[in-house]
Amino acid sequence: MALFLLGRPSDLPLAKDPSSRFLAWITALMVFLAALALAGAMVVSDMARRWDNGLAGGLTVQIAPLPGAPVAPLDERVEAALTVLRAAPGVRTATALDAAATARLLEPWLGPEAGDPLLPMPRLIDVATDGPVDVPGLTLRLKSAAPGATLDDHAVWLADLRAFAGAVHLAALGVVGLIGGAGVMTVVFSVRAGLAIHRHVVELLHLMGATDRYVSRQFETHVVGLTLRGGLIGLLLAVAALAGTLRASQELRASLLPDLALAPWQWAALALVPLAAALLARMTARWTVLRTLESLP
Amino acid sequence: MIRFENVGLRYGTESEVLRDISFTLPPGSFHFMTGASGAGKSSLLKLMYLAHRPSRGLITLFGRDMARVTRAELPEMRRQIGVVFQDFALLDHLSALDNVALPLRMGGAPEADTVAHCTEILRWVGLGNHLHAKPSTLSGGQQQRVAIARSVINRPRLLLADEPTGNVDDGIGMRLLYLFEELHKLGTTVVIATHNEALIRRFDHPHLHLDNGRLQVVPARNPRWG
Repeated sequence: MALFLLGRPSDLPLAKDPSSRFLAWITALMVFLAALALAGAMVVSDMARRWDNGLAGGLTVQIAPLPGAPVAPLDERVEAALTVLRAAPGVRTATALDAAATARLLEPWLGPEAGDPLLPMPRLIDVATDGPVDVPGLTLRLKSAAPGATLDDHAVWLADLRAFAGAVHLAALGVVGLIGGAGVMTVVFSVRAGLAIHRHVVELLHLMGATDRYVSRQFETHVVGLTLRGGLIGLLLAVAALAGTLRASQELRASLLPDLALAPWQWAALALVPLAAALLARMTARWTVLRTLESLP
Repeated sequence: MIRFENVGLRYGTESEVLRDISFTLPPGSFHFMTGASGAGKSSLLKLMYLAHRPSRGLITLFGRDMARVTRAELPEMRRQIGVVFQDFALLDHLSALDNVALPLRMGGAPEADTVAHCTEILRWVGLGNHLHAKPSTLSGGQQQRVAIARSVINRPRLLLADEPTGNVDDGIGMRLLYLFEELHKLGTTVVIATHNEALIRRFDHPHLHLDNGRLQVVPARNPRWG
């Protein structure tokens, strides 16, 4: 079916080749997988960035209840810790979370019972910084002023988060690379099969004065048509799968997952996957045909 | 136009199918090529339409030493050669018109001109009512006329035909020969391989006679060119 320019039939009857049928479906599958891999990488990247932005430039102080210990009541220790924090260099704000806010934070793990006043809940202080903070010194001062206080600068979290995001990116890149490699091999096989099936026609065109590029354009047009068609099917399936997954994640009652969504530009990037597949297929077809035709006199 | 000097051709390690072939075809000449089956006519034609390179010897075509012509230059030279293949070599999935249009499209001719010229020449060879017919629906003679139309659509400088009248009755065969004569008069160099003694006698042209891989040039009875 590969239509050449102006809608006239291709000189090579490639559309009826057995390889033509499966190339579109293989491309659909590959584009589907590549789009999912890319979308996954983008979602994780966004998630990591949001967490990173939320955690970097902040500290969290936790003051444990210590029931039965000979220490001041929890509220007094919170006030003492706030005084220490507000006097520390580099600290912009220090805000104590009330019991209700703390319960909301724990609700995904503990359920509605997190607000039970009988639970020995710690108190949290959210600290925003605007400069370097002497974390070890501040920790000592906090422990002295408010026994049971611990200071978390999120360093371990952030390092783990960044490593995780990097690993996901690499994995997605690897998956897309493998898919691309498989796609290239599929096109090479398909084009070589086409050249073998239509060898007599190719030789005839060659003898009539067709340049190698003239012949390769026929294969390129054919392969681009198939990969675009298959790619669009794969993209539609991937978009449907992603939309379903994102919608399902938003309907989770206890929001263990952060908000999963793709920005418009990310959807647009996914829409480019079939085009990239078609471009790769076209370059592969051209390279394969030109290399093969070199053997003709 | 064409000059062969001591040309030999062998396939693989077989013995030579053409030996010490030497001849010159002046521009605008008309030659028949004769010889028994297996004498080497098709091999000599293949050398002339650049399907093979010789095993030895020198071929000069359109003033170019073929040993010095690069692969990239060959398509342009091939487009100046029209070939009527013995088995017609039509593309079954294309219509008669699209088959005839191949040389023009390869040369990048405008599509509107291509369709107009192909329609005109197909009408001229009596296939005006079969422009969009696939070769499989045409008779042997009609297919041969499509093949001939394709070979001349480009106004080639050199026309090579391998048994072009082998599948048509004498009337159509004669008409096709007159077409070749017309092209010859317009300056095209023509070489026709044939077994048809009647045609050779009717059209008084020199012929290249091949016998067991060796060539003998037999002049016309009444030569019209030097």
